[in-house]
Amino acid sequence: MSQKVEVPEIGFIALLRYGWRQLTSMRTALILLLLLGIAAIPGSLIPQRITNPIAVRDFYINSPSEARWYDRFYLFDVYGSPWFSAIYILLFISLAGCVLPRSLEHYKAMRAQPPATPRNLSRLEYHQEFATESGALDRADAWLSKNRFRIRREGNSLSAEKGYLRETGNLLFHLSLILILVGVSFGALFGMRGEAIINVGERFINVPTTYDSLALGKLTNEKSLSPFEIKLDRFLAEYDPRTNQPLDYTAWVTIREDGKSEKKVLKVNKPLTFGSSRVYLQANGYSPVVTVRDSQGNVALQGPIPFLPQDGNLRSIGAIKVPDANPPVGFVGNFLPTNQRLEGQGSISIFPELLDPKLLFSIWKGDMGLDSGIPQSVYRLDTDTLEKVGLGSVKPGETYTYAEGSITLETVVPWVNLQVVKDPGKNYALLGGIVAVIGLLSSLYGRRRRIWIRETSTGVEVAGLSKNDAPGLETEINNFVKAVKEGR
Amino acid sequence: MTEWAYISNNLVYAAMAVFALSFVAHAFETAFAVRTPESKEVTTGSKLVQTLDYKRTEKAARIATTLMGLGFVLLFGGVIARGISNQHVPWSNMYEFSITGALAFTGAYLAALRKYDLRWLGLFVSLAALLTLGTAVTLLYRDSGPLVPALNSTWLVIHVIAAIISGGVFLFANIVAGAYLYLERIESRGARPAWLQRVPSIEVLDQLSYRLVAFVFPLWTFSVIAGAIWAESAWGRYWGWDPKETWAFITWVAYAAYLHARVTVGWRGRRAAWLCIFAGSTFLFNYVYVNVWGTGKHTYSGL
Repeated sequence: MSQKVEVPEIGFIALLRYGWRQLTSMRTALILLLLLGIAAIPGSLIPQRITNPIAVRDFYINSPSEARWYDRFYLFDVYGSPWFSAIYILLFISLAGCVLPRSLEHYKAMRAQPPATPRNLSRLEYHQEFATESGALDRADAWLSKNRFRIRREGNSLSAEKGYLRETGNLLFHLSLILILVGVSFGALFGMRGEAIINVGERFINVPTTYDSLALGKLTNEKSLSPFEIKLDRFLAEYDPRTNQPLDYTAWVTIREDGKSEKKVLKVNKPLTFGSSRVYLQANGYSPVVTVRDSQGNVALQGPIPFLPQDGNLRSIGAIKVPDANPPVGFVGNFLPTNQRLEGQGSISIFPELLDPKLLFSIWKGDMGLDSGIPQSVYRLDTDTLEKVGLGSVKPGETYTYAEGSITLETVVPWVNLQVVKDPGKNYALLGGIVAVIGLLSSLYGRRRRIWIRETSTGVEVAGLSKNDAPGLETEINNFVKAVKEGR
Repeated sequence: MTEWAYISNNLVYAAMAVFALSFVAHAFETAFAVRTPESKEVTTGSKLVQTLDYKRTEKAARIATTLMGLGFVLLFGGVIARGISNQHVPWSNMYEFSITGALAFTGAYLAALRKYDLRWLGLFVSLAALLTLGTAVTLLYRDSGPLVPALNSTWLVIHVIAAIISGGVFLFANIVAGAYLYLERIESRGARPAWLQRVPSIEVLDQLSYRLVAFVFPLWTFSVIAGAIWAESAWGRYWGWDPKETWAFITWVAYAAYLHARVTVGWRGRRAAWLCIFAGSTFLFNYVYVNVWGTGKHTYSGL
């Protein structure tokens, strides 16, 4: 009876042990490593939600059934997919299972003495025998100590070893990869990332409601947002008049933190830092400042409306929704910072700065469904259920009047897109990266080698061993021999 | 177009003409060495033969190398002039990356030539330089211009120069691994033909491709990390699986696998050479495909 119970148990443990040995074997690690590389490929060819959500949406619109199949295999979220995670988690277990025991072994080896001198030195590389004065071992000892070899002296022989840094570097490199993974995970679990569009003159307050989009890590919550405020005083975008390429973006801001106000300059490549949160200048565009009145002349809407840039000359699209007007009206707008009318193409923008701004729009009447609870894009107006009542255009200061009211373009202000990122894990990842490079350098360029010397009846014999076919041992042994002979 | 950009273009064209002449001289030298019976002494020994001016192949070889040096100087001028015209380092798009890459490639060859007799490589180096520059001026050319704000950073210098050097050495290792595979096939059928006599033994080639990769792998790692640091300050995240980042990662993983296969598992010869070529082609794919047809934040080809 008891045997029947025991046999499967032993079998199970043996199986576990077998599985562990397989997982931590070099071959498995190598296969997993290659598999990780291959698994990363689809994510670079198929649009990903994290990098290009609009392309994923377009994919869904163009071929919905294919897209659903893609989604079943997480092909739009490759880098967060179970199968991608499975590969790297297995790889890291395999790596840890290989590197941790080796680190322990290496630690012991570093504290241990070099191995004893082999009996038969003549079989080894760079073997030579020569006669010398007495005291050869002392001279050898001195030279080897000076060159920082670790030395074991026993009777008439001396065994020395150098180059542990190679294995140290190798282990450090692999351990640093684990540190990078920890840093990445820590950042993903405890970090946050959000974006907000702010018009010039407006204030950004770091609370959840100010964000247009906000993604919090799994183990963090809205309370973890650091308290700070940013007021956008001025924004300047400079463009090359020849190529229309952007040259520089500068935002002048007033920040407020812990009750203190301070003026700062925010640029691309120069984010603002608030503790572990950083604020980046990511995009910019224009907000027409409009006043919409109803037919009685009452103001139904007034303020800047951010428009989304569509090309390098900042032709921008947007929607002005006025649910409080009577009747409710909406505008589908096209904003051109430097307007030019071209035959056959209609109006386009020919330069990204506000040289000759113009707002073109179509006017729609009816219930826009803003109270229906279905989320809508603020930049688009769904005109399916609306009635078109007019077409018009205005320049700054101009008013366009239609049957149900009027719209005035007061002025145009720039907006900027602020990205707020909190990543408490990035310093670990950076540390891991630095250690990885240092570890790699010492593991790839380090040379582990041994030198032996033994006194014989006629003189001494010397031999060496290079562990990784690294060149240079021959020269080193020649120098050593010279030192033993001449006592230098 | 500024005066300097104009000068730069002319210098690049001049360099191309000189590289073409160098290619012809190398081809002449290689072809002629096969026919002359006395050339065997010159070509089998791997030491630089310094006298022997009366030997016609040696003269051709000297002319070829001189032309290569002249092409390098002209191209160097072209790259510098481009930088002056831009007022920033000349590697902000694929055209500039290509001319700088060709400069680094020929420069590395000329530097190595001072120490080793690598003139058997000259034919390929001049051809590669010619093809790179030809592609650059015909397909990749963009007018000289200022930097977009995201590129305006010291990291442009650090990250991109590390990537250029790593890429050059990776591709060089690929050529060596390719030569290994070719020669190994030829040798398995019999002796080498005369014109291949002066190429090093396949054992040396095998070891050389490994040495090149092992030498440059830390630099590639650094280049990826430098890119991550830059991305953190420019785009708000240090890693975002942008296509270029993804392929840099794939290249890194492939070379890591290659190094492990060689050092830990003991791969040599054909299998190792194929893995090396596979890893190198991921780099090339990244450079060509992602720059030109890819999407994402690294599409600076300007095409």
